[in-house]
Amino acid sequence: MMSVHYETKTYDVLVIGAGGAGLRAAIEASSQGVSVALVTKSLLGKAHTVMAEGGMAAALSYVDADDCWQAHYKDTIRGGKYLSNYRMAELHAKEAPERVKELEKWGAVFDRTPDGRILQRPFGGHTYRRLAHVGDRTGLELIRTLQDKGIHCGIDVHMECTMTHLLKDGDQVAGAFGYWRESGRFILINAKSVILCTGGIGKAYKVTSNSWEYTADGQAMAMKIGAELIDMEFLQFHPTGMVCPPSVKGILVTEAVRGEGGKLTNALGERFMKNYDPERMELSTRDIVSKAIYTEVKEGRGSPNGGVFLDISHRGADYIKRKLPSMYHQFLELGDVDITKGPMEVGPTMHYTMGGVRVHPETQEVLNVTGLYAAGEVSGGLHGGNRLGGNSLSDLIVFGQRAGKHAAEFAKQQTVLPKINDEEVKGYAEELVAPFERDSKAETPYQIQADLQDLMANKVGIVREEQGLKEAIEELQVMKARAKVARVDGSRAYNPGWHLSHDIHNMILVGEVVARAALQRTESRGGHTRLDHIEPDNEQWRFVNSTIRLNGSGELDVSTYEKPQMDAALRDLFDKSDELAITKSKQKI
Amino acid sequence: MMMSLGVVDREFHVFRGLPDADGEHIGEVKSFTVPVQPGWVVLDALLYLQAHNAPDLAIRWNCKAAKCGSCAAEINGLPSLMCKTRLDHMPLDKPVLVRPMRTFPLIKDLVTDVSWNYEINKRITPFTPYNDDQSTWRYFQEDADRVQEFRKCIECFLCQNSCHVIRHHRKFNHFAGPRFLVRLASLEMHPLDVADRIPFIKEEAGIGLCNITKCCTERCPEDIRITDNAIIPLKERVVDRYYDPITMLLHKIGIK
Repeated sequence: MMSVHYETKTYDVLVIGAGGAGLRAAIEASSQGVSVALVTKSLLGKAHTVMAEGGMAAALSYVDADDCWQAHYKDTIRGGKYLSNYRMAELHAKEAPERVKELEKWGAVFDRTPDGRILQRPFGGHTYRRLAHVGDRTGLELIRTLQDKGIHCGIDVHMECTMTHLLKDGDQVAGAFGYWRESGRFILINAKSVILCTGGIGKAYKVTSNSWEYTADGQAMAMKIGAELIDMEFLQFHPTGMVCPPSVKGILVTEAVRGEGGKLTNALGERFMKNYDPERMELSTRDIVSKAIYTEVKEGRGSPNGGVFLDISHRGADYIKRKLPSMYHQFLELGDVDITKGPMEVGPTMHYTMGGVRVHPETQEVLNVTGLYAAGEVSGGLHGGNRLGGNSLSDLIVFGQRAGKHAAEFAKQQTVLPKINDEEVKGYAEELVAPFERDSKAETPYQIQADLQDLMANKVGIVREEQGLKEAIEELQVMKARAKVARVDGSRAYNPGWHLSHDIHNMILVGEVVARAALQRTESRGGHTRLDHIEPDNEQWRFVNSTIRLNGSGELDVSTYEKPQMDAALRDLFDKSDELAITKSKQKI
Repeated sequence: MMMSLGVVDREFHVFRGLPDADGEHIGEVKSFTVPVQPGWVVLDALLYLQAHNAPDLAIRWNCKAAKCGSCAAEINGLPSLMCKTRLDHMPLDKPVLVRPMRTFPLIKDLVTDVSWNYEINKRITPFTPYNDDQSTWRYFQEDADRVQEFRKCIECFLCQNSCHVIRHHRKFNHFAGPRFLVRLASLEMHPLDVADRIPFIKEEAGIGLCNITKCCTERCPEDIRITDNAIIPLKERVVDRYYDPITMLLHKIGIK
């Protein structure tokens, strides 16, 4: 038996994940005078946030004076198909401008308006020009600004360190256990509160814009200690990923291309969005544009490589190179296409997980687990049935800040560290090293991941139906069994095969959560489309969110809960067309 | 599924090894054959190897879209991003040689220990705006342009790896390297920043050690004109402060 020895570190607050939410949470917690550990699977500054392109939405009103938080709030609620948590959407719209200005104070250099303020660009589903941005590399600006701020805040950053298990002392979180990627040695971090900022689940899909880290770690770890996942049927397939050559399929083509005036056409040269959303055209919401592209391709009007055309060349080479430099280089170098001269081919790519861990809308504390917080993509609630572009980066900084504040306050109230159960921890360590002891002829986890990605794309993808979802759930049980006997070669030192042998369990579990949530919702809405229930069913589904938890025997319990009620003052912001959707609910939280 | 047309078997020579106690790269180049599809980059081939031939092959990568800067290595001797190096742009008749960045201590296979870079960054005086009330801040795109070029940096550390001051002369303790001279330039030229980093740039960052061979600029995947736009202007500021007799005198008597 391999060594299951582990080292222990202690902190007031442990933040897992160092993207925008994790960094913002760590900075906030640290400013409250508590000790903070920030743990990341990668090097600092490489998290998936770095790939965000178009901008962050905030009603700064620098470009359109009429914009205000109420307008941002309404756009978010409508874009989310009325399933967003109202309180979270309100806080998000109100606090985003302050958080963006704060980034400027910390050194971020946004593109400027002619009068020298932060420039804002239009984006799908936003009534006003609202996205603060830096060309098409806004995520890089966000993460670097927070990184350069964070390293001077006294935070202990632990890089290339993977947390695999959350620990509990009674009903309270006690820390997390995992390993150093470099050496494979085990580490336990005992903390008074823990903030999950682990991002999404995209690597369960083959065609995705997500980086390798998006293996559903936070969702799975939280479920295993009693948390609920909500709205998991809602996945965002971004309408525009690269489609050609096959090896780059899924790489993101920023919505800013359409924000800057890009036109979508099919093989017949038609601007087909006029048939789906004639008013907003290319700047419709992502769920609608994705389904439009899917339909065009399915009905035989697609481009040669199974996408549609997106053309920005009419804006001229100078403008394109200044406002969309990464897109220009990405297509030139990876796709042999000069986007200043002609169209790109694009198609939908798995991009974002709207659902996630159920949290308190103000404190971000996870329901059912005291002292555990979640922020960013891993948490659910803000985006409802469909996220608006630009609302993700603002989500990170608004709720990262809130989670950091409340986790620090909670930690300060605790006089002693929660207790660790050494036997339990040793059990996790043994579970982690077990793959080394297995049959050397067994398959590696890579093959299982590839099969999972195919399965999720085919049966739990952009469109679903009952039969396929049921088959997917059965096939996932087979994969679970395969993952339990998958082999690992080599040693524990920087061994990606070994790392995947654990991550694969998370992806399969959360893949099943998505399938079961999708099976339950017998309607189509936002980022969830059922071919066998193609219309929205307002009577049954407009007022409920789905929720899934692991029961005592390790099975998934699927149910719904009534959507919380909107404050009367906020209700008054909406007009007749929205009324039905927002007035029925009686729930308070 | 239909097999894509144009799949070609190509030979890869990939370094595999572990460090000795000093981080020296101890190991050997192993040969593999990979069925390469049209449009593949080097990282595609290595991920294929991981999935089929060498499941424990250590590679550091994140986005595979040239945005994170994690997958820096040396490909046929040239420091490059693995996700951005197209195989169909490389000679077919020669094997593709992939080695880790030579400048940094080895961790395993293609992964090196780049923590030195993070230590340097911590020593740089952070952004210091001229006041805390951002509602009064105005500056123009022309002012932003200069700094935004530097802020494109994705911290792949290819410039650090290519710089002979570090790579050959091992001046880790005397020189910050091109990456951090770019970072210093982004702070010094920030329209709102008021901190003085010139003494640091001269003494600790050791800017005098750069003799403008431009190897860093050549290898930058973000096309940042590191030498011309960052290093040379900083050198000029150091010269103005320390070696121009008139400004030296003015500085001495307290007039900047």
